[in-house]
Amino acid sequence: MLRRYAGPFFFYVMATAIAVIVLIPFFWMISTSLKSKGALTAVPIEWIPEEISFEGYRKVFDVFPFARTILNSAFVAGLTTVVRLAAAAMAAYAFAKMRFRGRDILFAAVLATMMIPQQVTFIPLFLVMKELQLINTFTGLIAPSIFNAFAIFMMRQHMRTVNDAYLDAAVMDGATHRTIFVRLMLPLSAPILATLAVIAFMDAWNDYLWPLVMLSDPNKMTLPLALSKLSGQYATDYNTLMAGSLISIVPIVAVYLAAQKHFKAGLQVGGVKG
Amino acid sequence: MPRVSKHNGWFAAIGFLLPCLTGLILFNLIPVAGAFTLSFTDWDGLKPIAPKDGVPAFVGLDNYASILGGDEFWRVLRNTAVYIVLYIPLILIASIAAAMLLHRPYRGVSVYRVLFYIPVLTSWVAGALIFKSILSPEYGGVNDLLNQFGIRGPGWLYDPNWAMPGIVLASIWKDMGFFALIFLGGLQGIDSSYYEAAKIDGAGPWRRFRHVTLPLLSPITFFVTVICLIFSFQLFPQVMIMTDGGPHGATQVMVERIYRYAFSYFKMGYASAFSFILFAIIFLFTWLQLKLQKKWVHYDA
Repeated sequence: MLRRYAGPFFFYVMATAIAVIVLIPFFWMISTSLKSKGALTAVPIEWIPEEISFEGYRKVFDVFPFARTILNSAFVAGLTTVVRLAAAAMAAYAFAKMRFRGRDILFAAVLATMMIPQQVTFIPLFLVMKELQLINTFTGLIAPSIFNAFAIFMMRQHMRTVNDAYLDAAVMDGATHRTIFVRLMLPLSAPILATLAVIAFMDAWNDYLWPLVMLSDPNKMTLPLALSKLSGQYATDYNTLMAGSLISIVPIVAVYLAAQKHFKAGLQVGGVKG
Repeated sequence: MPRVSKHNGWFAAIGFLLPCLTGLILFNLIPVAGAFTLSFTDWDGLKPIAPKDGVPAFVGLDNYASILGGDEFWRVLRNTAVYIVLYIPLILIASIAAAMLLHRPYRGVSVYRVLFYIPVLTSWVAGALIFKSILSPEYGGVNDLLNQFGIRGPGWLYDPNWAMPGIVLASIWKDMGFFALIFLGGLQGIDSSYYEAAKIDGAGPWRRFRHVTLPLLSPITFFVTVICLIFSFQLFPQVMIMTDGGPHGATQVMVERIYRYAFSYFKMGYASAFSFILFAIIFLFTWLQLKLQKKWVHYDA
């Protein structure tokens, strides 16, 4: 009898212990965001604020165009996702289902760029953007996402599994490549598109280095950059910083939970492939 | 290949490839070539480039020589080594343990999977701010909890010896869920007949883990270790937000230096040389590990 319950008991104790450790920093963030400035340095520490204060939430919108920042993040992340996926899907179709000279060499070159970290190219990329007069613009911020080797690779692997018989049938009916791509390939790629969309959205929503290099106008900033600027100016106002952090986390967790079904399948594919 | 693609070639393909090729050339090839060229110059990023007037001036290998000959580079490497030595064993233990739990067939396991994953969804800036707050020596939650156990917590980010461990702590918290899912994929790929055979031979849970799970998981462990090594050399947001490279340079790392030289000290040539040294290190690790892979990785036949 005891043996029967030992397994689940061990599981729930251990899993809950890890979950608590993972969640303590989030609890701290929420609790700190609801403290008045005075309560931040109270001794003994108030894990649950004795008085709930929205001072931090007010301040984050007062001292910074934070509502604007949220919209900027949503816009940049949304558009980055669309641009990255559209360009990758088109390229993947050509690599998977078209025949042209030098295709495999070109595809190898695309894959080789995955070896080059962003940290090597961000300086000259910044100079390219300066040359194109795109500093402090969303265009400059989003444009590089038109090329993403990982997305091209994943899409191409998926499209290769689509049976050529479908394509042949479509050609018999007089379909062009454009029709086949839009009407056949994109709908058949829905699961992988959804997975890549969540990844792209998260990447763009959370990105720091590229916005840091590109944007200096507070009205253009995205959430992570705005938070880092705030932490430079109000280093000890943790209620304000935690309020801003919480606001930046909630939407992305919501997107993840909504998309989780597709995302889970995609990630597991990635894991097995690795 | 379908019949459709027999008679088209580049003419048909170019329309599909144009956006990708533009991005490849404009935002990848040109920048890499540009960074390589800049790394041999003394350009400050401000003077207009005019090769005829000798701006920027070519300085040959001077940038590389002065980086490799100075103390700073080796300090930065040592800081990164401290991070790696702490981070890699801890992240492997934490994420394998989490994956083993998530692999159990009990009710509610998907809830735990989501909970473990929330830090991965959090931006590094927000995560770093949370840890900067919770690691505060006097008013932070971590030292308060340690106090409950009668342990006097260190100065964390204010103490040169404890700043890097503090950053490691935040990184483990942030990355565990991600690697746990990768290990979970590996565990799901292990054939259950191995465990049954081991059970029949009388192996207990620990011996099954040690002699079945770990060897069969080794390709994934290897993959994760390489990824972690590469990521370790790319540390950036956590350092910028939590310590700004301090105290006394104890958490200065490569990308932080590259960013500083380029955008605070306006030494674009020097920064570019630094970034190519980073590139070389990452390349070397990838290559070395791929070579070594055959020696100790145990593939399921």
